[in-house]
Amino acid sequence: MIAAEHSALREAGRSNAGIAAALLVGVALALLPRAIAAEDAVTLSVTIKNHKFDPAELHAPPNTPIDIKIKNAGDIVMEFESSELHFEKIVPVGREGVVHVRPQQPGRYNFFDDFHHETQGYLIVP
Amino acid sequence: MLAALLIVFREVFEAGLIVGIVMAVTAGVPARTLWVMGGVVAGVLGAGVVALFTGALSELFNGSGQEIFNASILAFAVVMLTWHNVWMARHGREMAAELHAAGEAVVEGSKSLAALGAVVAIAVLREGSEVVLFLYGVAAAQGGASFAMVVGGFVGLFLGALVCLATYLGLVSIPQRYLFGVTSALIALLAAGMAAQAIAFLEQANILTALDQTVWDTSWLISDSSFLGRGLHTLIGYVGQPTAMQLVVYAATLAVMIVLMKLFGAPPPERPRIAAAE
Repeated sequence: MIAAEHSALREAGRSNAGIAAALLVGVALALLPRAIAAEDAVTLSVTIKNHKFDPAELHAPPNTPIDIKIKNAGDIVMEFESSELHFEKIVPVGREGVVHVRPQQPGRYNFFDDFHHETQGYLIVP
Repeated sequence: MLAALLIVFREVFEAGLIVGIVMAVTAGVPARTLWVMGGVVAGVLGAGVVALFTGALSELFNGSGQEIFNASILAFAVVMLTWHNVWMARHGREMAAELHAAGEAVVEGSKSLAALGAVVAIAVLREGSEVVLFLYGVAAAQGGASFAMVVGGFVGLFLGALVCLATYLGLVSIPQRYLFGVTSALIALLAAGMAAQAIAFLEQANILTALDQTVWDTSWLISDSSFLGRGLHTLIGYVGQPTAMQLVVYAATLAVMIVLMKLFGAPPPERPRIAAAE
């Protein structure tokens, strides 16, 4: 009985093995080590209004994880994005969001509103 | 008008590349138009729903709702693409060679079509929700949809659709005997790129911090925000500054797909026995 079930399972497993194995990819993605929340992250805040970041320049210490809080105080949806700092997040009118930025080397990093490229800002790491 | 045109074109262009590939992959399969169109329609409807709930979505999971949502649907698309490629490795050659019983092939084939239809829906949903949010935002800010915005949107949609058509025509012009290999490779790279993109969302949400250092920087050569960069991002997951974890997952996705295709793939058809039987 158990053997029969096993063999049936194996049969089912065989025909569905493709799906099952493919699902593993997704599961592996989902279960990747959930890292301990980075200690000592600095939190910076920036507001967007009238297509301008306020402040337009953010400052953060080097080699420290950074959380950037973004508030959309304008009258139009924005996409807070940076290729150099690896984030993209849609922030509807009146909403707030936070993006996590990994520790950075000294430098000047650009971020922008992907819906309105005239809106530019910088993160400066001394 | 120009802003609406550019944004709509940009997003339709990205979704159009994927739709074009799927159309080429399924060329000659009965009822594929239905599945692809179904995927587009489902994606457009989904885009509207996602756009409507973006505010609420972003507040889920301590403000990481958007990232987790994006990472999840990308992971789902990766599974669908993998499943499709594995299925094709098993049945594709038989179907191409018309050795398979037609009826069975259609029934089995529709499962694979459903997987690709889901991929189309996800691509359209992701890009479309940005279009909806942007156009709605512009309309709301100026107190109604302007004529210029509508014209810009339609021109952008039309140009984006041309990219989809060009992708499709370019691919189907490849000789039949190479097409299978080319489309399998494209699907594999598409899946690996999506997996790496899912990782980027998890990193941004601070769910994943392991191996998060940048490995190389080619953004001076191809910027992520250029059209070439965006196109390559959609097709092969190009990013100018990938993290180590993105590269690991990219390679792992490709490796898993190749292993599965080998494991479940049909034995090579070039056997003297078969040749003799014919």
